[in-house]
Amino acid sequence: MPADPPSAEPPAAYPARLWRTLERHRPPGADASADAWRSPVRGPWLTSVFGVVLLATLPLVIITGFLDWIAYGPRLGQAFPSDVGWLHPPVFDWPTRPAWLFRLTQGLHVTLGIVLVPVVVAKLWSVVPKLFDWPPARSVAQVLERLSLLLLVGGILFETATGLLNIQYAYLFGFDFYTAHWYGAWVFTAALVAHVLIKLPRTISTLRGPRLMRTTTEETVPEPADPDGLVARRPGPATMSRRGVLALTGGGALLLAALTVGQSLDGVLRRTALLLPRGRQHDDGPNGFPVNRTAAAAGIRPADTGTQWRLTVRAGSRTVEVDRDGLLAMAQHTADLPIACVEGWSTTQTWTGVRLRDLAALVDAPGNAVARVESLERGGLFRQARLQVNQVRHPDSLLALRVNGVDLSADHGYPARVIVPALPGVHCTKWVRDITFEEQPDD
Amino acid sequence: MTEFRRGYGAAPWHLVLLLGCFAVTGWVALRLSAEPAAGRMLLWFVGAVIAHDLLLFPFYALVDRALRAALGGPGRRSALNHVRVPALASGLLLLVYLPGILGLGGATYTAATGLTPQPLLVRWLLASAAFFAVSAALYALRLRRGTPRPQRRRTSGRAARRPPAET
Repeated sequence: MPADPPSAEPPAAYPARLWRTLERHRPPGADASADAWRSPVRGPWLTSVFGVVLLATLPLVIITGFLDWIAYGPRLGQAFPSDVGWLHPPVFDWPTRPAWLFRLTQGLHVTLGIVLVPVVVAKLWSVVPKLFDWPPARSVAQVLERLSLLLLVGGILFETATGLLNIQYAYLFGFDFYTAHWYGAWVFTAALVAHVLIKLPRTISTLRGPRLMRTTTEETVPEPADPDGLVARRPGPATMSRRGVLALTGGGALLLAALTVGQSLDGVLRRTALLLPRGRQHDDGPNGFPVNRTAAAAGIRPADTGTQWRLTVRAGSRTVEVDRDGLLAMAQHTADLPIACVEGWSTTQTWTGVRLRDLAALVDAPGNAVARVESLERGGLFRQARLQVNQVRHPDSLLALRVNGVDLSADHGYPARVIVPALPGVHCTKWVRDITFEEQPDD
Repeated sequence: MTEFRRGYGAAPWHLVLLLGCFAVTGWVALRLSAEPAAGRMLLWFVGAVIAHDLLLFPFYALVDRALRAALGGPGRRSALNHVRVPALASGLLLLVYLPGILGLGGATYTAATGLTPQPLLVRWLLASAAFFAVSAALYALRLRRGTPRPQRRRTSGRAARRPPAET
């Protein structure tokens, strides 16, 4: 039986006989389950508060996620997944200013995604009686809405789980992360939009109703029976006030924030990311900052990067080969630039090297040329990267030879690596062997 | 319109909205159908719901029920919330940072970071111990004081008993 009197129900929807039969044939345990809910704080008010918090924050996670896809450069054919059909956000050239743009958007995406875990869990707790409700539906509308809730809940849990495993390098799921996280995001976003539009009127009217924020535990009583059946039929005594539940949830969020934000900070604060891989530091030396892919993993042999290493720069039919001493003899530029990873961690370092636009001038490349940078790496998704015109021309865009006053270490891309403001870390190609300036491919 | 509303069970825009949502999902399913790992993705999608709704939720609900039975009701001197809060904090960290705590990641971790995965179990245990210790200290302090908490305003409590606003 629903929590509200049956008389409040509209006349049975089509096919009426089906819904009546369902209602009459209660499976064993349905009554016990309906009576088992004890918490007196469960009800429309708490659910609405959690809903509003998620409504204010989840769009940020969604938008920064899509921005990440754009930052990878879909116009240069290097966003993952690459072939996405017509359903994608508007595509534009990722800016190079401010230099911390990707650090901010991707740091927000990952950090906020983690911080919202307790809010999502609390929101699900607040509505979980609906899952065991009998009958499961009284109209076609309810059947469809329940199906969309499966997409909503499955979507948020799937996105959270794959994201958390990805940033901790535990690829237990055995499918491509980019593909799964991208398409999962669309399923979730569509279900979220539908859910918000359907539920928003009730959320607003609930929050306009009695204010329950100030009630103490002793004063906490259940809300009146609601049409959704969230309020317990046989509530137990209150063991925590509603604001206590909110404080507990918020406290959980703060705890996760405190243990996550360190991976986006430099200095001693990095170590506050106690339980994340990027809270660990190699050493305190100039090359001690985090690595994204080691030289060993990339298959870089010392012989490849020794004195016989040459950088090949091309534009049209012109080709110039320079060794490392030749590069060091060119005008050197130093810039403090962040390197930020799709996994949310980031760090600012002081890079020194040759401006990319000086290399372009070396081969008389036109001012509107894009660049294709190739690495000594033999395999892997990121053995080469394309740079947009603005990324080539920015005065701080470098082929870095040194970092923090010393030569790059092997793991950071010795003999030379790319560093470009606001460019995702994986496109800051390491162990560069070849730069080709060419005309922008057609969209 | 009224006839549609009665037969379907909601307004027409409700149907339009949900059909839009299913259209996106259908399109995603179509795009992924060629993917060799599509089955695994579906398994993880549905599995995530089952893991939360039928494993995690019943688990913590049962633990909480046992706690309430053991520690008694909501009285001022109850230790219930002094166990619940640190337990939830500890469980939350385990849930979110599980791969790191167990030291999963293996070769992928090493290739990406240049470090060998180190189980962070000890850190998590220490953090959990700290949560429980602080909570226990606060409980002891409350018992020592032995005074009821200051009276709060009563008006909002009565407000909760008023009938809800018209919806």
